[in-house]
Amino acid sequence: MFSYYVNLALRSLRRNVVLTALMIAAIGVGIGASMTTLTVFRAMSGDPIPQKSRQLFAVQIGNWDPQLKRALGGDPEGLQPQLTYIDSMALMKAHIAPRQTAMYVTGFALTPSNPELRPFQVQTRATYTDFFPMFQVPFRYGAPWTAADDENHADIVVLSAELNDKVFGGANSVGKTLNLDGHDYRVVGVTQHWSPTPKFYDLNNNQFGKAEEMYVPLTRAIDAQMFSWGNYNCSGDIGDPGWEGRLHSECVWFQFWVELPSAQSAARYRSFLSNYASDLKHAGRFDWLPRTRLRDVREWMDKQQVVTKSARILVLVSFSFLFVCLLNAMGLMLAKIMGRAADIGVRRALGANRYAIFSQCLIEAGVIGLAGGILGLVLTALGLWGLRVVLSEEVGRLTHLSVADVSIAVALSLTTALMAGLYPTWRAAQVQPAWQLKVQ
Amino acid sequence: MEIRPILSAMRRNKVGAVLIALQMAVTLAILCNGLFIVEQRLSLSERPSGLDEANVFVLTNQWVGNPADLKARTQSDVAALRSLPGVVAATVTNSYPMSHGGSSEGVKLNPDQKESTAATALYFVDEQGLRTMGVKLIAGRNFNADEVMDKAGFDIQVPPTAIIITRLLAEKLFPGQNALGKSVYVQFQKHLVPIVGIVDRLQVPWVQGDSWAAGFSENSTIEPYHFFANYSHYMIRTQPGRLASVIQEAQKQLYELSRARVLEKAVPMLEARREAYKDDRGLAIILIVVCTALLAVTAFGIVGLTSYWVAQRRRQIGIRRALGATRNAIIQYFQTENFMIAISGAVVGVALAVSLNLWMVSSFSMARLQTGYAFIGAAVVLLLGQAAVLWPAIKAASIPPALATRGGA
Repeated sequence: MFSYYVNLALRSLRRNVVLTALMIAAIGVGIGASMTTLTVFRAMSGDPIPQKSRQLFAVQIGNWDPQLKRALGGDPEGLQPQLTYIDSMALMKAHIAPRQTAMYVTGFALTPSNPELRPFQVQTRATYTDFFPMFQVPFRYGAPWTAADDENHADIVVLSAELNDKVFGGANSVGKTLNLDGHDYRVVGVTQHWSPTPKFYDLNNNQFGKAEEMYVPLTRAIDAQMFSWGNYNCSGDIGDPGWEGRLHSECVWFQFWVELPSAQSAARYRSFLSNYASDLKHAGRFDWLPRTRLRDVREWMDKQQVVTKSARILVLVSFSFLFVCLLNAMGLMLAKIMGRAADIGVRRALGANRYAIFSQCLIEAGVIGLAGGILGLVLTALGLWGLRVVLSEEVGRLTHLSVADVSIAVALSLTTALMAGLYPTWRAAQVQPAWQLKVQ
Repeated sequence: MEIRPILSAMRRNKVGAVLIALQMAVTLAILCNGLFIVEQRLSLSERPSGLDEANVFVLTNQWVGNPADLKARTQSDVAALRSLPGVVAATVTNSYPMSHGGSSEGVKLNPDQKESTAATALYFVDEQGLRTMGVKLIAGRNFNADEVMDKAGFDIQVPPTAIIITRLLAEKLFPGQNALGKSVYVQFQKHLVPIVGIVDRLQVPWVQGDSWAAGFSENSTIEPYHFFANYSHYMIRTQPGRLASVIQEAQKQLYELSRARVLEKAVPMLEARREAYKDDRGLAIILIVVCTALLAVTAFGIVGLTSYWVAQRRRQIGIRRALGATRNAIIQYFQTENFMIAISGAVVGVALAVSLNLWMVSSFSMARLQTGYAFIGAAVVLLLGQAAVLWPAIKAASIPPALATRGGA
């Protein structure tokens, strides 16, 4: 029965090619526009580490005077997304969570061993060994450095696959040395290609940008007095002059993440944080009780407003556009089906019941939806290509169609077509056979 | 034109008419909000930075390691750049407009204030700074050479001896007064510094539409420093037309002075502008494409549905023609019908447009829609309807009167 109805639908669609084409085009264009923006939106707001997003938490400590109006760069609650050196070190030392890491982004000038080549810049993340298992960084060669390396302020590095390709032609470089800012560092590991989008563990700069090209123990980076290449925010006082002054200031420049496998451990960490904060107040560092926050990856992305205003506007506009296309297809379908009222009347008179007419028309709508969906996917691919051309490279990284996006597109177009078809189909089922025959 | 018969005919096609009117309404709402955003983003991306953009470029320099003779190296770099043929002026600086990276702080009028009076971006340049940037001094004077202090990186706190600020920052600090000669607290509010000059405009480094600095994008403070740091920018202004050759020569010269450095790709200011506003212009382009597609879809929808109505009323049209109606009368009938639908769509659409905008004002802190846009949108939608209905109407007018006498459709 179903295949017979599909056959009927195809025949009926062929009878009025222009109307059919218009309907398919309307649905296709609407799906194309809305899927293009939805793909970017989903890439912006998607869970970058679904296996662990409920176990990884960002730490915030309100070390700035809460009386100040919403501080620049703060989240909606007025809390800074980063920590001071003092607090980062205190939390690392306390070692309450099974895994934790303070980190910041910095960089080196790498002098190639070949004197013909010029030095170049290497953006580097200063962090602790826990970073790699916490964020599930896959390794191609070697392994993360050890906790002992962290303690010894070791001059070692982990390279990204891209940097290893560039410097060592992709060969196993573990044990080799690199001249970074005039000092030799030993390579202990090379990661596979790894670059979560958005870069949830550091949303301060280039939140959709690539992961850093290299990793160095934070303890070593601090010894080498490496400045933060990311946000460095101070309130009121930038501290005493010099590197030591910078380390002991209330300026914030460290991201701090902990891994807490269970709800109990998260609750324990929360109470540890609030105790830590009230101890600070008692010790006289603040004359207010600092607020503390522990947010998992999804809450963190939400609070840090990862999805840009432009992306929200575009999604809004394109879904309104899809709505127009829906109205459009509905009008055309109504015209098409009611244009065949006589035909339907004959069929009813020959014994087809309302249900049969209803299914026949709905299947016709479904066929249109499917065709519109396919056209929509083609237009989505075209639209995403267009976005890559007109938008910055950073946003361009978000324009890749996933399997999930494709299935959403198909589902969306079928829904659109069926919604468009529902009323006209209902009208068709109401056709009175006798009346139609009389007119003939 | 008689309206009553149109109304009674429409009553038989209620749903179709409502669908067209609704389509036009939503189209209008998207159209005028979309065009409004396009206009805003484009005018954002055309704001002047204050620099002589066509003739200024930046070379970003990073030394290998932290050489002890940073100051001497920086000085010889700057001297070499200044002596290049075709160079008007050059300076070393911590940041530049549209670069997306730099320093900002608050300015206070008295030291006990809890909140600062205004936020500002900071630019550290020497006495050639104003000339290099090509900013327009509208009051006061440039820095004297003896006012320019050494500043090694960001850590050493030497208070500036004088500052030059932008016109809008001056107005914000001293509304209705002359800021020139007054003193303010800068450098984290510890030092009172005299304002010796005011420039017409100089943007902050963060200029994009979504930028966190959108609230103070014209507030800049220029401080007289010889800035030397591991990472800094050389800003160079050339004689007109010599930008490309100076860029080449400058890179060569600097590498000859020392190879132990990383020179990033030279950034002409016009390119910095293109990069800085790429996403704003991109959004505008996308919205224009979407709005065009939207108009096309709506137009074809009207063509399709009106054609169906024409087909449905072939007999009636034939009868009217047989009874003496001219072709023009038939065309006018469909045009009037569409006009009536469009008017009701436009009324709903304007209301929809305003509420959509109000919602965006509250959730995206967007600007209020100017009423002009709603009217332009309404006019566009009305014209679109008339244009779209023309073809089916002409087809209707060509239905021969004989059709009525023959009976049967």
